[in-house]
Amino acid sequence: MAKKVNEINAGSMADIAFLLLIFFLVTTTMDVDTGISRKLPPPPPKDQEDIKVKERNVLKVLVSKSDRLMVNNKPDDVSNLRYEVKEFLRNTDIHNPISPEDKPEKKKKSINLPLLGGEVWPSNGVISLKNDRGTSYDMYIQVQNELAAAIRELRDELTQQYFGMRFKQLTDNNKIKAIQKAIPIAISEAEPAEIGGN
Amino acid sequence: MAKFKKKGGKATPGISTSSLPDIIFMLLFFFMVTTTMRESTLLVQIKPPQATEVQKLEKKSLVSFIFIGPPLKKQFGTESRIQLNDSFATVKDIPEFIESEREARDEADRKLLTTSLKVDKETKMGVVTDVKQQLREIGAFKINYSTAKKLANK
Repeated sequence: MAKKVNEINAGSMADIAFLLLIFFLVTTTMDVDTGISRKLPPPPPKDQEDIKVKERNVLKVLVSKSDRLMVNNKPDDVSNLRYEVKEFLRNTDIHNPISPEDKPEKKKKSINLPLLGGEVWPSNGVISLKNDRGTSYDMYIQVQNELAAAIRELRDELTQQYFGMRFKQLTDNNKIKAIQKAIPIAISEAEPAEIGGN
Repeated sequence: MAKFKKKGGKATPGISTSSLPDIIFMLLFFFMVTTTMRESTLLVQIKPPQATEVQKLEKKSLVSFIFIGPPLKKQFGTESRIQLNDSFATVKDIPEFIESEREARDEADRKLLTTSLKVDKETKMGVVTDVKQQLREIGAFKINYSTAKKLANK
């Protein structure tokens, strides 16, 4: 007759599991990485000439070495920036190829977006962001944040108008793409330079 | 007397602990799945700036990190330095770093590779701009400025 095999004592199983549990509890990092996503432009070709852009199509945002802000050559504050950018980029009549005198021109080509009711003429306005090498990263992010907020709010307005919800609430990819095309992220970062200033 | 006898008659049975390991194992698997080991030890101090317009960084496996900040150990100075993987680096090391990050990924995923810039808020833009220029040249266009979420004060 075979020897009777003793059963393995499972009482310590819980202890072993506890030990592992505590190990993973300690090493786990639950924090989700968040941030502002941007796409860098490809490097310019060497023989590229300066592209001339009409003054009315550009909103110049300058951040000086000592974190002071200048918008279209006038000193300004970060708290006003969002409003100014919104006013500048606002595209009140997206189906009209002609824009009012005080607004930037429309793009030369229209985009056919049936979801937004046919031909759409996006604004040709560009925000030119320039900073000094001495600008603090915090200030730079504050400015980027305001620019992102302005564009987000404009997109919200348009989404509200056509789909009755906020841009973030959209789930249909085609709608998201349509809104993104109607209001592009028009931020141009100048080649870095020493602009100095206080 | 009967009164007293009754009292000791029904003892509440002890709670069965035989399912305890299962419960613990369940918790264990949860943490095993959600855990992400910190890949590199930080050599620089990073206090991220705050912003309201933040997005979640998705697909962590497709993100490579560049840390920029003042060194934790004071003997390396107080000026912001770049950290790649586990060591200090200069701007010139970035193409090599990105290249090795690309090698480590699938062919199909390489285009989706995002570079997350974890930068201390006291850092001057000069370093950051240099890094961005390097990234542009090597074709790593997707970047993410790592920021903490600030609650909008309205």
